[in-house]
Amino acid sequence: MWSHLLSSNTQWVLASTMVLGIAAGTVGCLAYWKRQSLMSDALAHAALPGVVIAFLLLGEKNLFVLITGASISALIGAYFIEWVRSSTRITEDTAMGMVLSIFYGLGIMLLTIANRTAGGNQSGLDSFIFGQAASMVQSDVLTMFILALLVIFIVGVGFKEWKIYLFDPSFAKGAGLSIKGMNGLYTAILVTTIVIGIQAVGVILIAALLIIPPVSALYWTHAFRWMVCLSAIFGGLAGVLGTAISALGSGWPTGPFIVIVGSCLFILSLIFGKERGLLITFLQFKRQKQLIDNNKDLSHYRTKGVK
Amino acid sequence: MEDVAIKVENLFASYRKNTVLSDVNLAVESGSLTGIVGPNGAGKSTLLKSMLNLHPSLTGSVAFFGQPFKKMKKKIGYVPQRGSVDWDFPTDALDVVTMGLYGHIGWLKRPSRFHKEKAYQALEKMGMKDYAKRQISQLSGGQQQRVFLARALVQDAELYFMDEPLAGVDAATEHAIMTTLKELKTLGKTVMVVHHDLQTVAEYFDHVLLLNQTVIEHGPTNQTFTKDNISRTYGGNMRWMREEDHDVVPSIKQ
Ligand SMILES: Nc1ncnc2c1ncn2[C@@H]1O[C@H](COP(=O)(O)OP(=O)(O)O)[C@@H](O)[C@H]1O
Ligand SMILES: [Mg+2]
Repeated sequence: MWSHLLSSNTQWVLASTMVLGIAAGTVGCLAYWKRQSLMSDALAHAALPGVVIAFLLLGEKNLFVLITGASISALIGAYFIEWVRSSTRITEDTAMGMVLSIFYGLGIMLLTIANRTAGGNQSGLDSFIFGQAASMVQSDVLTMFILALLVIFIVGVGFKEWKIYLFDPSFAKGAGLSIKGMNGLYTAILVTTIVIGIQAVGVILIAALLIIPPVSALYWTHAFRWMVCLSAIFGGLAGVLGTAISALGSGWPTGPFIVIVGSCLFILSLIFGKERGLLITFLQFKRQKQLIDNNKDLSHYRTKGVK
Repeated sequence: MEDVAIKVENLFASYRKNTVLSDVNLAVESGSLTGIVGPNGAGKSTLLKSMLNLHPSLTGSVAFFGQPFKKMKKKIGYVPQRGSVDWDFPTDALDVVTMGLYGHIGWLKRPSRFHKEKAYQALEKMGMKDYAKRQISQLSGGQQQRVFLARALVQDAELYFMDEPLAGVDAATEHAIMTTLKELKTLGKTVMVVHHDLQTVAEYFDHVLLLNQTVIEHGPTNQTFTKDNISRTYGGNMRWMREEDHDVVPSIKQ
């Protein structure tokens, strides 16, 4: 069992899900402060029909082609959400709900068709639902690895630009930053992170990898820089540990284990986090109360007004 | 005739089906400190945003020292309404002020110690040096406003636009901010400030722009800020101005 973990292909897979987790944790922080955490979920589900259509057209499973299809259909979903938001009276969350369910339903329908056609059953397309990191071949791993690194690089190199873009876009615009350009870049790296993750983590759960690490990180720090670093670490840990655990059993899906590891990190942060953790909040409250209780007896002498 | 710092011609702006600004024309004297006054929803914020390309105008032209916004944006400082950003964002006061220097630092480069020092000095000037490392969500409303002002100061602009910098701040902050604005004027900068308190307009500003969808009146305060013009701007409903007790604007009693 453990020897399986040590094989070189597995090590590559582990490394790539770790880099994926780091990228997702990083981009997740941007999504969190754009108040668009749910958007990543909608886009992930919207990617599914693109994957299946790309497979049906090509007739074989090539990750690069499949994620191109996924990107196109996720972008159509994003465009549709934006269009509904800006030109109808439907609110953005409703629009995201619509895109999520419609595209996902369409994707599942197409998947059923693809599985009936010859070779479809062996395609491993089902792994795109819950994720199957072990089903990745070396070229898949490489594609994912390189794109994830690229995403991390884009956030890292323009760190102060991302910060001002998220905190105060109108000020950023006055300072000469192109908000349209940043919006485009943001959507591009968000979609990239989602689509490279769907084979390993699956369309249903990839959003969790973007949402859970940033909120966990917020329990530890008040600085954006550290929030991003911690979120990246949590994402990376969830990616590598989740994959390792799922590799212990044969045919276990990867996505659920990644999410469970991420959730454990969240619960640890919730309890022990040094900024807003439950434990520290409780201790601080207790100390303040003690200080006041020690002084309480004297309050009678200081009462003004009616004695 | 003095220099014209800002010239707006024939400006229209709307939100969806509501026209918010119609046919705004104005010329602002260089080196003046102008108060923009008008009722809620008059379009004061929209006017600032339209001039700064933050809100699309339907038609019209805006020029700063005869140049379009694109060429002058480095010379323009903008202090938005405090509520326009999310103060829960994880950063500290010094960091927010440093954002004012991003245009000078250059994109993709990191702020140096020199820039941090400059930001720190601006905070000190606003009486906020003890709060430099304080999380912005843990600052009071007045302190947040001072941070915003410090950020505009480090920009070292020629023109400043401020949206209600005195809204909801205490007396000390109001005094600190007004001292700074007058200092900017002394340095020859042109400053436009959206202001909501009619009682203090005459004391604070040398020019006033009365706005309600369009420019009602604009000029030196002592000539423009008359009861008659104010009531035209506010639609004649001025009972809330404590007229009975004493004149609202003593300096313009004629
Ligand atoms: N984002 C917006 N969407 C729709 N209408 C808006 C928006 N912002 C402002 N308005 C409307 O435009 C008008 C002018 O607003 P504003 O410029 O903020 O006024 P002021 O700053 O003078 O109080 C108001 O009637 C307001 O309801
Ligand atoms: Mg306003």
